[in-house]
Amino acid sequence: MSSPLLPAGSDAALAIAGITPDALGVRSAAGPASKRIIVGYGFWIFLLSDVIMFSAFFAAYAVLFRNTAGGPSAHDLFDLRNTAVETACLLLSSFTCGMASLAVGQRNQRWTQIALLVTGLLGLAFIVLEIREFSGFVARGAGPGRSAFLSSFFTLVGCHGVHVSAGLLWLGTMMAQFYAKGFRQDIRHRFLCFSLFWHALDIIWVAIFNLVYLVGSLPPELLP
Amino acid sequence: MFGKLTWQAIPFDQPIPLAAGAFVVLGILAVLIWIVARGYLPYLWREWVTSVDHKRIGIMYCLLAAVMLLRGFIDALMMRSQQALAFHAAGYLPPEHYDQIFSAHGTIMIFFVAMPFVIGLMNIAIPLQLGVRDVAFPTLNSVSLWLTAAGALLVNLSLVVGEFARTGWLPYPPLSELTYSPGVGVDYYLWALQISGIGTLMTGINMVTTILKMRAPGMSYTRMPIFCWTSLASSLLIVAAFPILTATLAMLLLDRYVGFHFFTNEAGGNAMMFMNLIWAWGHPEVYILILPAFGIFSEVVSTFSGKPLFDRRSMIVATMAICILSFMVWMHHFFTMGAGGDVNGFFGIASMIIAVPTGVKIYNWLFTMYGGRVRFNSAMLWAIGFMVTFLIGGMTGVLLASPAADFLLHNSLFLVAHFHNTIIGGVLFGVFAGYVFWFPKAFGFVLDERLGKAAFWCWLVGFYVAFVPLYVVGLEGMTRRMQHYDRPEWHPWLLVAGLGALIILCGIALQIAQLWVSIRTREQRRDLTGDPWDGRSLEWATSSPPPAFNFAVLPQVTSDEPYWSIKQQARAKGQLLSQEPDYAPIEMPRNSPTGFVTAFFAVVTGFSLIWHIWWLVILGLVCAYVTFVVFAWRDVHETEIPAAEVARLDRANRAVRAEALRAQAPR
Repeated sequence: MSSPLLPAGSDAALAIAGITPDALGVRSAAGPASKRIIVGYGFWIFLLSDVIMFSAFFAAYAVLFRNTAGGPSAHDLFDLRNTAVETACLLLSSFTCGMASLAVGQRNQRWTQIALLVTGLLGLAFIVLEIREFSGFVARGAGPGRSAFLSSFFTLVGCHGVHVSAGLLWLGTMMAQFYAKGFRQDIRHRFLCFSLFWHALDIIWVAIFNLVYLVGSLPPELLP
Repeated sequence: MFGKLTWQAIPFDQPIPLAAGAFVVLGILAVLIWIVARGYLPYLWREWVTSVDHKRIGIMYCLLAAVMLLRGFIDALMMRSQQALAFHAAGYLPPEHYDQIFSAHGTIMIFFVAMPFVIGLMNIAIPLQLGVRDVAFPTLNSVSLWLTAAGALLVNLSLVVGEFARTGWLPYPPLSELTYSPGVGVDYYLWALQISGIGTLMTGINMVTTILKMRAPGMSYTRMPIFCWTSLASSLLIVAAFPILTATLAMLLLDRYVGFHFFTNEAGGNAMMFMNLIWAWGHPEVYILILPAFGIFSEVVSTFSGKPLFDRRSMIVATMAICILSFMVWMHHFFTMGAGGDVNGFFGIASMIIAVPTGVKIYNWLFTMYGGRVRFNSAMLWAIGFMVTFLIGGMTGVLLASPAADFLLHNSLFLVAHFHNTIIGGVLFGVFAGYVFWFPKAFGFVLDERLGKAAFWCWLVGFYVAFVPLYVVGLEGMTRRMQHYDRPEWHPWLLVAGLGALIILCGIALQIAQLWVSIRTREQRRDLTGDPWDGRSLEWATSSPPPAFNFAVLPQVTSDEPYWSIKQQARAKGQLLSQEPDYAPIEMPRNSPTGFVTAFFAVVTGFSLIWHIWWLVILGLVCAYVTFVVFAWRDVHETEIPAAEVARLDRANRAVRAEALRAQAPR
């Protein structure tokens, strides 16, 4: 395959790597991308950086998992029923957030507001359940200062909770903007970012649910 | 009411910090009064503080870096003079003050000199080199700048109110835990870095998006200038590494503020986890700094050798190889942790492998110069000085990468000499080359060459006189950060090192003189054509300084060196290639005080967190949220530059270029 714009060697080099020039955008003759693409792309990059921050907290949790300093272990503490309800709330809120995206696509103010409100209430329920879980641990003498394991648990799960709370503030601002300004293009771009953020928090939660709660609830003799 | 903050926080009993603090406060007050008295305040606010223009933001970044360089260098002079004097003596700096000075020196030089200088040059050059009108997110760019400045302000505030960290430029626990560092010093460090770190992360996101999604028509990846490639690599590293720093510092903050046990000695904490996490950010960080410098050298060497860069493709591959390898070597910073021979062996070999792509780059530059008609402009001198100096720094690095040798040299002045060898000889020489190279683009006149060359020679000679002795005493077993010592064989070397610092001082004085003289004589040194160095990439295709919109019409890119190929064809014909375009109005982002206001509340929040003034923390956060909402609420995002204005500016530029071409045309 020869290219009108590049010397032949370049295509050969890319072919070795199994990449077509089109996939890399090597032939992009179009100039700067549209505003929507730029906003979405930039926000994806931000989400990747956020995932990396979580990965540092996951790593710390993995390192400190066994350092219970004579205090309670994960197996002693976790209540999977509470976690299941939390998970249900969060995953459902992602569904309703998706419904809100559809309503925005239809420029339907009423359903946009309803879907976002339900999303927010489900998120709020998640936060309340998480606070209840945390305060229960603290009441049993298993606060974050008890051991390194608990420090890393509270930080990892709490960081996700802080993200959800910030997301709720953002969601309220989005609802107000749609209400006051309508479906303006820049506000739709912001909503695109918000929904990406909200779904990303779900992905993080799935990792927390599996790696923290499910693995932690295993009987100690089953852990590697 | 004011948390831990009392009058005792002001160091009335310590003359040196008090005098220094008073001097700085008076200096800032004098500058402010001068600005207000001359009526410059509205102009500054309108045209600079609220500006979202990437060129102005870049200039302000570089200005911040230059001011902080002076601060960091004063710290360096104090350390060198202390060690020159403190043989069998106490010297003039008490230990608790000396410890703050070496901590502040490292922190300031990395986070508030090297980073803003590199990011400033990226801001000035990248949109111009890509042939576009601004970065992807202009207002976010302004937020980044002001958050970085907020961090710098907090670090410098510690000089007057309270104290700075005594824990080195990376606050290793358990020393940095509350038990052993109960004061506010470490908190100043942590909050300053958290705030400026957010700014840096936003810049990384902005630059990645700009480079990957906003390029002039026809500019494929392989046609991007090398500085854009190395900045892309650096920005990707920022996006991948800075979140780790944020997380790590957050863990230390939780330990200190609410009694968590991440890195404590008690309750199962693991201090070595801090070393692993901080260096998982810290090693990529050195490449975040050096890769853009490599890009600057590539532009400078190619321009002043009058040749295309030798084998661009291998340069790009080498850059991306370093980008990936930089994440696989972090453990060489603490071989002495005792991870065992296998692990140390892996990281030792991985570290040595980085020398291969770096070597490729050195050959690229050498072969670019080979057979070229080299012009020894001072930017070129910095590049040649870099090649020699960085090579030595790289070789001592390979030496340190061997775990067996590292066990002897760990924590010694040999290490200190090595990283100054790469950071001064690499990053700093790089940004100075970029400063000379892009100054006329930013301001419209060239810098004085005679003073510039004198400054270069002082820096080069001063560097060797200051740091070769540190290699020697390091080999003789002198550890870093010693407040006093009693080994007679070290003393003469430390006297020589002190002399070297004074020679570097002359270099800095000459650079200040160069700037002063150049500004005073700017009318004679105007860059009228916008192309003072016979450049090759698109930033030279517009006027100096460029109009706010950079290009009246986005350039069409048809080759690896877009401006050079256009220029060669135009020279052959003796006239401009293109006909005058149909000018259209241009939409540009509107100025916004969002960045400044956000940073103001960041300073308030950070300061009250440091001093445990909780009501002010809450107030600061609420105000930050209000700022966000107010920004989200605005209805007009852009201003329109009318077609007549675009035409006027572009016609003037076309006229001088056509005139220059006629003058050069073959007869």
